[in-house]
Amino acid sequence: MTTQMTTTDVLVIGGGLAGERCAMEAAAAGQEVTILSLVPPRRSHSCAAQGGMQAALGNCVKAEGDSPEVHYLDTVRGSDWGADQEVANIFAEEAPVAVRELAHFGVPWTRVRGGTNTYFIKGESVDIEEPLENDGLITHRDFGGTAKWRACYAAAGTGHAALYAVDSEVVRLGITVRDRAEAVSLIHDGTRCHGVVARCLRTGTYFAVMAKATVIATGGYGRIYGQYTTNATINYGTGAALALGTGIVPLGNMEAVQFHPTALSPSGILITEGCRGDGGYLLDKNLHRFMVEAEPEKQELASRDVVSRHMMQCIQDGKGVDSPNGRHLWLDIRHLGEEHLTTKLLEVFDICRDFAGINPAHDLIPVRPTQHYSMGGVRVNKDGEAYGMACLYAVGEAACWDMHGFNRLGGNSLAETLVAGRVVGGRVAEYASGATLEASTTLAFDALNAEEQRSQSLLRREGNSRSVYGIRDALGEIMIGKVGIFRNGADLAAAVDELKDLISECDKAVLRQKGPGANPELAFALRLPGMLRLALTVAMGALARTESRGAHFRVDYPLRNDQDWLSRTLVRWQTDAGDPTLSYERVGLIDLPPGHRGYGSDERIEMDVSVDEYNEGVLVSQAEEGRLESTEAMGSQLRRYSGGAA
Amino acid sequence: MIDSAIRRLRFEIFRYNPEDPESKPHIDTFEIDERPYMTLYMALSEIRETQDPGLQFDFACRSAICGSCGMMVNGRPALGCRTLTADLPEEIRLHPLPAFKLIGDLSVDTGTWFREMAERTEAWIHERLPFDKDAEEQRMSDDIAAAIYEGDRCIECGCCVASCGAANINEEFLAAAGLNRIARFMMDPRDGRTDTDWFEVVAGPEGVFGCVGMMACADVCPKELPLLDVYAYLRRRTLGTKIATGGSPSE
Repeated sequence: MTTQMTTTDVLVIGGGLAGERCAMEAAAAGQEVTILSLVPPRRSHSCAAQGGMQAALGNCVKAEGDSPEVHYLDTVRGSDWGADQEVANIFAEEAPVAVRELAHFGVPWTRVRGGTNTYFIKGESVDIEEPLENDGLITHRDFGGTAKWRACYAAAGTGHAALYAVDSEVVRLGITVRDRAEAVSLIHDGTRCHGVVARCLRTGTYFAVMAKATVIATGGYGRIYGQYTTNATINYGTGAALALGTGIVPLGNMEAVQFHPTALSPSGILITEGCRGDGGYLLDKNLHRFMVEAEPEKQELASRDVVSRHMMQCIQDGKGVDSPNGRHLWLDIRHLGEEHLTTKLLEVFDICRDFAGINPAHDLIPVRPTQHYSMGGVRVNKDGEAYGMACLYAVGEAACWDMHGFNRLGGNSLAETLVAGRVVGGRVAEYASGATLEASTTLAFDALNAEEQRSQSLLRREGNSRSVYGIRDALGEIMIGKVGIFRNGADLAAAVDELKDLISECDKAVLRQKGPGANPELAFALRLPGMLRLALTVAMGALARTESRGAHFRVDYPLRNDQDWLSRTLVRWQTDAGDPTLSYERVGLIDLPPGHRGYGSDERIEMDVSVDEYNEGVLVSQAEEGRLESTEAMGSQLRRYSGGAA
Repeated sequence: MIDSAIRRLRFEIFRYNPEDPESKPHIDTFEIDERPYMTLYMALSEIRETQDPGLQFDFACRSAICGSCGMMVNGRPALGCRTLTADLPEEIRLHPLPAFKLIGDLSVDTGTWFREMAERTEAWIHERLPFDKDAEEQRMSDDIAAAIYEGDRCIECGCCVASCGAANINEEFLAAAGLNRIARFMMDPRDGRTDTDWFEVVAGPEGVFGCVGMMACADVCPKELPLLDVYAYLRRRTLGTKIATGGSPSE
């Protein structure tokens, strides 16, 4: 039985950038760290991040005057005031350190070239003289929703370069990685997390890992949108489903789902925002740049939620390009030239060639908004501690920390993984260094037995049913059709009913593969209920939120409503309850008062209390929802905006 | 266009499940209709979901970035996700990559191989100074950054290892992926290792002189890395060291 149960000081679920950076912090503090990962860590979805990582270094001419304060303001506006502003500030202040640390770990950031540089800005070719004294500093490209050029990048393989550098440090620190291992449930006693039960994807055997601290770093839940996502096939929302499975820990803002404007149609493969940052255009079927009228100020570089809505509207207005796989629009980067496309956008060039058979120096790229990012996730305090359960942390896309609110800015997720990995990793290390491991073997074996029985009973089911893959496909169609970019009450209510039916159907689904070993069908059948439950929390959250904020857009409630909805949705699924339960907390202490974002609609329903009155209620509102006390008091790192009311 | 020319694809796939005592290595045959722009990712998913739910293979990003899906396609290593069936004959033979431990069917353990390689070659920056969070970044010319990035583009899919005559008979051989990684750190001015340090890693039979020069690696690399240049660079640097230190490292 010894092989079935192991112990470690710190357990990290997920081997992407957030998990690995967090693990490094604990290992550097002398803690024994174990990472569980579905795939070898370098194959984690962090590797697919392309265009950049936001950090206000202010190194090139178009970045002059940038600062963490400007980055912070952009982030809060991008979030449509849904973010926790203190967390956004911690993030913006630490992002430059995270970028420079990556340089130290070996990331070959693209550098400033002193002298004349030719850029494409708002449809014009512009020569800019980069000062020679800045030569060799980390340079920036433009991205959506930002006041300055701020995205640091390594061609269009920024996530790949960052992940390889961080994983190199993980190897150097000798951190144990168990790849091809899938966490299937958290071991907890109702108040404290003790580790996980996991399934080995090589052999199909179960094992338990007991730890002083457990960190969820499993990324997003894009695959609940079936094939209509840019996400890797492994982005099941594992960690969010584990947390929901406790019946205690809430998930935050699950309805806040980002659609990226430019996924390759029809495969859904990401084409970086860096294409538009470097001067690319969006064109309708008449080759007209519709974003110039739609957003005169930011044009193609408004925030992703705004650009995606304009694109869908354009398609709905009959200006999409017909194709056998549905309508799409065009991304035009031909004018950037082959030299630029095969260096600074090399990965885009390769993707166009390999998956669409086109050369973007000569051809238009067919694109369509596609699910891309999960703003929602395991709700945590600013130290990364999960609400309602001690010794459980979450970090990165899996978490709702919550610096993104209802819309994440491009390049802020890569930056979040590294910043949050450092910050939360530091808290994990502090906690674990002062704690002793109390491994309750009874708890672990009970949890192991429960999981083994779950898989046995799945394998024992007999009869006829739709395959688990058929149920997965139905899930994707419901989510894209009824819980997509434009939402309305009737469709959302229908989606809720259909998802409940799918959950019942999944409970009876019969497997065709019963043999020993990894059994890929069983592996999928074990994760499908979690995906369906997450989908229901998204649909229910979206149905209940009768306003439009960031990526959550209700055509029947098109205005942002700061009077009634300046709040974060929390959702729990109590054990044995038929449905999840929604509740709400205040978004956090407000420093920048709600206002116009600078793009998108300027109409909204104003708050009916003062910012001070709102702030007075935040502590109680969050404490009632199970927020654990952070190491430093709430608000200790709030910026205290000096500009006064906007 | 008349759509009468839909091809019926016939897949011959290597099967073996080491976890199943009943399982013996063999070939299974599956047939599916080809669809426009069909990749091996789509084809294998369809086979698993409609014909054989036990079929093991690996995909993650399905966009040729994560390196999960190396496999032998009609005898040649390739990424399954970006291989279009339209570029293949109707008969498609799929085997797991050789030189790696088999997990089952088309799935092999590249993770362990690459972790061991990284440990052996100490494939991380051996920095000259500790990180100073308050300091400006160390400057680097954009040309050097671009050259390092070129080597950094390897996605560790293992296609070069599988194609390598030397790696298939000498499991210690670092192969193109390992040697490319060394070259990437060797040219990085942030790495403090000296030519003498590198000599230990590169010069033995498991290093650059273990290469027998067939260079299949350069033919199959899905990222089209300039592996010929990488090997030339390593030989040049290594021989330069030998001359400079006046003999072999054993002296």
